[in-house]
Amino acid sequence: MLSYQSIQELIEAAVEQDQCISDVVLADQAAALEQDPENLIQTMLQRLEVMRQAVEKGLADAGPSPSGLSGGAASSLRQALDKQQSVLDPVLVQVMAKALAVAEVNAKMGRIVAAPTAGSCGIIPGIVLTVGELQSISDRQIALSLFTASGFGLVIANRASLSGAEGGCQAECGSAAGMAAAAAVELMGGTPEQSAHACAIALKNCLGLVCDPVAGLVEVPCIKRNAGQAASALAAAEMALAGITSAIPVDEVIEAMKDVGNQMSVTLKETAAGGLAMTPTGQAVDARLTEDAASHLD
Amino acid sequence: MNCFDIMGPVMVGPSSSHTAGAVRIGRVARALAGQQPVRAVIRLHGSFAKTYRGHGTDRAILAGLLGFNPDDERIRISPRLCREAGLDYTLQQVALPGAHPNTAIIELECSDGRQTIVQGASTGGGRILIESINGLNVSFRGEYHTLVISHRDAPGVISRVTRQLAERHINIATMKVFRSFRGGTAVMIIETDEQIDPAVCDNIKHLTGVSQAIWIEPVMF
Repeated sequence: MLSYQSIQELIEAAVEQDQCISDVVLADQAAALEQDPENLIQTMLQRLEVMRQAVEKGLADAGPSPSGLSGGAASSLRQALDKQQSVLDPVLVQVMAKALAVAEVNAKMGRIVAAPTAGSCGIIPGIVLTVGELQSISDRQIALSLFTASGFGLVIANRASLSGAEGGCQAECGSAAGMAAAAAVELMGGTPEQSAHACAIALKNCLGLVCDPVAGLVEVPCIKRNAGQAASALAAAEMALAGITSAIPVDEVIEAMKDVGNQMSVTLKETAAGGLAMTPTGQAVDARLTEDAASHLD
Repeated sequence: MNCFDIMGPVMVGPSSSHTAGAVRIGRVARALAGQQPVRAVIRLHGSFAKTYRGHGTDRAILAGLLGFNPDDERIRISPRLCREAGLDYTLQQVALPGAHPNTAIIELECSDGRQTIVQGASTGGGRILIESINGLNVSFRGEYHTLVISHRDAPGVISRVTRQLAERHINIATMKVFRSFRGGTAVMIIETDEQIDPAVCDNIKHLTGVSQAIWIEPVMF
């Protein structure tokens, strides 16, 4: 049984057995849940399908969210891509458009997979679905890469946190980026060590990111942070696949993330009492929505 | 925690605490009412009262009262579905000093006139805590099969109830008893590993000293 207390444990198990991290995590989880591995793959394939449907729905629906604060970003990016107006490589634009799409579906009360949270639900689908399409990878392989992402997520949950209220946005969108980067490396045929470096690089690039939602809603800045962190995840995977290593080992980066989260003021941890939430515009939105809420109560 | 807690749950957004958790509080309230209610007064406290419109907390609680799960896309249109189902509801704000910021009090009335009042909090990540039932303080999270038994605070009632479970090889995971005062009304909350047969629940209901027994399916999965 794996303890999920370190990424090193996952790497060593994979290297020792000459397997991918996903194989190791799948076998371990099947044993832990007392289920056939195939059942777990089927469940993960269903979750992948929910992700895909959310992407399609989000790209097609340009309407506003119930609060009126967000909506239409995924559609705009897709149109820019169609018109070949992108400054970025189309692959990266697709990653960002998908991440925005899922995050917007979440804001509009659509169905998503919390990956690892609802606020960060766009990053992993954006990465794995785009890399999967690019490389013509089977859904089964993509689903397997989600076990790798889950294994990394379990370690982060055990050693630090996946919650914005505990660790800020670095714990939500940052963790999702680290998990997505690890999965992307595996999908591209990289080694377990490269997955670990990719995760470390992605996490390092967002250490200290605060959770400062305007009016306490999972919209501003959360939706665009999904796109930003998805792009960061792909950049981290690219670096790791090129052989670039993280000078600080991933397990130490995770410890640092926990430390930074602990030192972060409570006003910057999902309380809407600092950062963007306290800007004049953020406050005006908050006042408008508070008034609107009160006017709809009996 | 397992891989599907990390890559999941599948849920309707936008917030695990303000949406998914709110559905679950509604589901437990419906289960405690024992049937589809015809009237509901929903009182929202703290962050629930402030952000319910953007988070769909009201729609989520109503969806729970209709028996929906947190991944049901009909949550968005639950107000209309409530009206169609003959469930009349009002939404109010309440200030509960010292309560968790994500707290709701749900008052339900069924067609037979029976009332049920439930207070619950959404404590993060979709987890919930049911804090009071009909004015009596309780504490359970809906993670297990849960038996909620109203009874008289008298010697022997607990052993009569647990014997029913023992005879059917139902393992008790946790058990708590809450009472208003010595010899007064009391509530037993029993969480079990196994599913509870409705017949067992019915037997318990008819035991001496027991006035009501309700089985609630796990709402966390």
